[in-house]
Amino acid sequence: MKIWIERQRSLIDFTVAGLLRRKVRNLGLMAVYSCVVFILATVMLFTHSLRKEASVLLSDAPEITVQRVIMGRHALIEHTDLDVVSKIRGARHARGRLWGYFYDTANGANYTLMVPDKVHTIKQGQVQIGAGVARARDLKKGKFLFLTTNRGKLFKLQVSGILSTESELVSSDLVLMSEQDYRNFFRLPSNVYTDLVLNVRNSREVTKIAEKISAVLPDSRVITRDDILRTYESLFSWREGILLALLGGALCSFIIFAWDKTSGLSASERQEIGILKAVGWETSDILTMKLWESVLISLGAFLFAYTLAYLHVFYFSAGLLEPVLKGWAILYPQFHLTPEVDPLQVMTLLFFTVFPYVAATLVPIWRAAIIDPDTVMR
Amino acid sequence: MIFHPVILALLLGSLISTLMILIGAVFGSQILRQWNLSSGSQKQLNMERRTYLISTFLMFALISELLSLLLYVYNAEQMSVQFVGAMCAVGTLNANIYGFPTLIAKIILFFCAALWLMINHADNQAHDYPLIRWKYGFLIAILPIALSTAGLQLSYFLNLETDVITSCCSKLFTPDGDNVTAEMAGLDEAFALGLFYVCLALFFIIGLRFYLTKHGHRLFALASAVLFIASITAVISVISLYVYEHPHHHCPFCLLKPEYNYIGYAIYLPLFVGTALGTGAGTLASFVQIPSLQETLTGFVQRLTLASLISILIFAGIVSGAIYLSALRLF
Repeated sequence: MKIWIERQRSLIDFTVAGLLRRKVRNLGLMAVYSCVVFILATVMLFTHSLRKEASVLLSDAPEITVQRVIMGRHALIEHTDLDVVSKIRGARHARGRLWGYFYDTANGANYTLMVPDKVHTIKQGQVQIGAGVARARDLKKGKFLFLTTNRGKLFKLQVSGILSTESELVSSDLVLMSEQDYRNFFRLPSNVYTDLVLNVRNSREVTKIAEKISAVLPDSRVITRDDILRTYESLFSWREGILLALLGGALCSFIIFAWDKTSGLSASERQEIGILKAVGWETSDILTMKLWESVLISLGAFLFAYTLAYLHVFYFSAGLLEPVLKGWAILYPQFHLTPEVDPLQVMTLLFFTVFPYVAATLVPIWRAAIIDPDTVMR
Repeated sequence: MIFHPVILALLLGSLISTLMILIGAVFGSQILRQWNLSSGSQKQLNMERRTYLISTFLMFALISELLSLLLYVYNAEQMSVQFVGAMCAVGTLNANIYGFPTLIAKIILFFCAALWLMINHADNQAHDYPLIRWKYGFLIAILPIALSTAGLQLSYFLNLETDVITSCCSKLFTPDGDNVTAEMAGLDEAFALGLFYVCLALFFIIGLRFYLTKHGHRLFALASAVLFIASITAVISVISLYVYEHPHHHCPFCLLKPEYNYIGYAIYLPLFVGTALGTGAGTLASFVQIPSLQETLTGFVQRLTLASLISILIFAGIVSGAIYLSALRLF
């Protein structure tokens, strides 16, 4: 074992020296390689953290949401339905929620208007707004937010606080107001809600309770937290997969480029192999050396590009690919993702990049290794 | 479902490695028919040169198959959140009929690949390619396994739909069913644990005897295979209970979950490695009589045997530790 390690160490030493001798060519190759890995890694790191962020956010969400559906569209749900749901055994903290969207003609943005739960009450005539709304309307604490109802009536609300920027991913477009203001603004009767939410005492009973709700309120749609999580998971994985498949074209051209680079041995390289063989190196030694070359280049480029992608995503908010990955909106949240590296993702990326590269260079490497010393040196 | 990053990576890996194994097998059939070391013809020379390429191809392909087994299981575990009713890898693998057959095919391919790599290594030590026919004959036998693994995996991923309601592990690994997993789960705990430790003891006795006296290689290969089956049975019927500290949860896949500190990987990796090395050492020892291999092969087999014994020791240590530290007391 010790001899084997020594042998590989010497071969690596020799390979590194050889790589350094042909600096320009190898650096060029590594630069192209790094670009490919960088783009792939950025996509993967970004989507993975968005997925993570979604699951962390949803972990505090209520287990079940009930929405009334009329003619296939979401409709307001009545207070009597809340009473029915509350009576189901195992359901607890059932409550009606009031939330809706408001299109602001002043700047073309959509706000989410919402009444906070009982714990965070807001006084009538006051609002708390998200950082995105504050930016768009240039508002500070104590100033007034003017909103026009769909009947043209002006609503004047004092900003009592701006929601913390840490939660901007979800609170950027939020306007929190009191229940009375909300009902007046949208002219809602007092016995309706946007939807109902409830918690479930025993998490294993979620499906059963969802079933019971569907039975007692057949005109409603019951959404469990797991449904939402699953949808996010599939959506993000699908987006990531589509992007990777599209980038597959770039990967293929890179592989052809790598094949070509490895095949085109310069006269001095051929001579070097010839001399090595003449002094007693075997074909397998040359093969191992060349394989090390390929592995060192690909791993080097991989580590370098992965680190760059990590910095790009987590410290520069993926600036280069932002519009593609995040989507676009007037009130776009400014947020920083939590750095996280997933071993599955690293392994997938290795399979995508290092694996095809090494595979593509095998034949050229073998061709180089079987060179006849006699013909090269003559 | 196919546009999932890991699925794409697995399919890409399987495409490349299957292609390489196919090329290797085609070349292998040529070797079987025309190999003649005493000939100095251009054809023979070309074949000798090509063996380097093919064995590099195969090394690459088979190592990737080993990695892809790990990736496949890990991915199944991670994807389980996307399936209604799935709680661990079992749900994902159960989402259609190809999931488990793919896993089993991958495990068989893993052991064949490991054995081929060991034979290849031994063959490369000698100057006269003594095992070349044997090696390529075996490769031709591996080809259908590799092709069916790739085919099964492709069918599995193509037919993977997230709107399918799959079943959870507590449904599959329960004593009440009528399949082989139910038989394993339903085995008496004391009997399964006893059988496991008896097999373990026998394995070490046979292994140490083989290591010290160089006798009984076939028995050692057999003991490795038997221990593997006994261990998997013990994991399902009793060891899992200790890990989960739950008298009725028999799933061998939930062990891979972070909640149990990924102990599954620590259990399965040394078991798989130890079994592969053990069967490899036992098989290779049959070739020690070949004159050109005698010197190098003896040492190689010794090293493999030692590595196998150490791997199984680690496996036994982890399993016994998990049983000892568990709050569950079955007896």
